[in-house]
Amino acid sequence: MENNDIIKIENRVYKKPSLLNDSHMHYCPGCSHGVVHKLVAEVIEELGLQEKAIGVSPVGCAVFAYNYIDIDWLEAAHGRATAMATAAKRLMPDKLVFTYQGDGDFAAIGTCESIHSCNRGESIAIIFINNAIYGMTGGQMAPTTLLGQKTATCPYGRRADLNGYPLSITPLLAQLDGTRYVTRQSVHTPANVRKTKAAIKKAFQNSMEGKGTSVVEVVSTCNTGWKLSPEKANQWMVDNMFAKYPLGDLKNVDAEKKD
Amino acid sequence: MAKIRGAVTVNSERCKGCNLCVVACPCDVLDLMKKEVNNRGYHFAYMAAPEKCIGCQSCALVCPDACIEVYRVVEK
Ligand SMILES: Cc1ncc(C[n+]2csc(CCOP(=O)(O)OP(=O)(O)O)c2C)c(N)n1
Ligand code: SF4
Ligand code: SF4
Repeated sequence: MENNDIIKIENRVYKKPSLLNDSHMHYCPGCSHGVVHKLVAEVIEELGLQEKAIGVSPVGCAVFAYNYIDIDWLEAAHGRATAMATAAKRLMPDKLVFTYQGDGDFAAIGTCESIHSCNRGESIAIIFINNAIYGMTGGQMAPTTLLGQKTATCPYGRRADLNGYPLSITPLLAQLDGTRYVTRQSVHTPANVRKTKAAIKKAFQNSMEGKGTSVVEVVSTCNTGWKLSPEKANQWMVDNMFAKYPLGDLKNVDAEKKD
Repeated sequence: MAKIRGAVTVNSERCKGCNLCVVACPCDVLDLMKKEVNNRGYHFAYMAAPEKCIGCQSCALVCPDACIEVYRVVEK
């Protein structure tokens, strides 16, 4: 059987989601942001929510997310995405409202909004891309930067005595009464991509059902900022990030209720 | 015995040559073009060994730019 006999529409098992625009994404080759954008588009399409979805894009590399996924978007000031999402969801409770934020946005300048939105239990979904660095501005140290990790602003590696400890914010959010579902995933292997997609789907369904806040942290790479090839960045993430940011569900109220 | 055959298409203008699909493929089907580049100067991915593809979608799942479409048939 030749390739031409296989490549027929009736045999197609995977395609680019139609909600992902044809516009060229500005992300660096191999960036985790692209994979997560694809999953967001796939999930919204599968849930049939394209007319109901409102995304809030951040300041950071994902600032242009509104150019890439064909739904309604708001663009928040740096760190304030969950505050804008709160307003959107309260004014239009029947909409799917989600934020898409980096660690600098969500866990540095936006920490106050992030924590209080989760504590209030706003029925929004938060997609939190943790690449342990400020990607967009040139790879500066973030609160999430690992001890010893070299960045533009800690070229000899992060030191606890000088720079404090890395902030793992997701477990803090899991302790709050307002959160319904808190999970930490990654997108470096096909199996992990599938798990992250399922997590995003659950978070979006929770928003639609008004069940409180869902947080999907995606431990990610910034291969340019880390100065590694995409493949080596994935390996560096496995070797270094997962010890501080272990993958798995941190809270799933629905699963606990079933027990 | 039924044999599963797969094939992929790569949107070569969208591809950024990141190599993640090449690494993810369990059957060593894909490679990056050695010399040829697309409009943006990237060495794009292509099926170097098409006969080995099983249509498992691993490459497409990890592609950050959604360049890959996967096709699958069961040969009787
Ligand atoms: C009020 C304000 N302060 C600082 C900046 C500069 N700035 C732009 S993006 C960014 C950090 C982005 O890092 P992160 O949220 O981790 O996202 P990434 O780019 O890594 O995806 C900063 C500090 C800004 N745009 N506005
Ligand atoms: S579908 Fe599977 S076997 Fe075929 S090229 Fe992609 S990863 Fe390789
Ligand atoms: S994963 Fe996608 S962008 Fe990267 S080389 Fe393969 S087809 Fe190109």
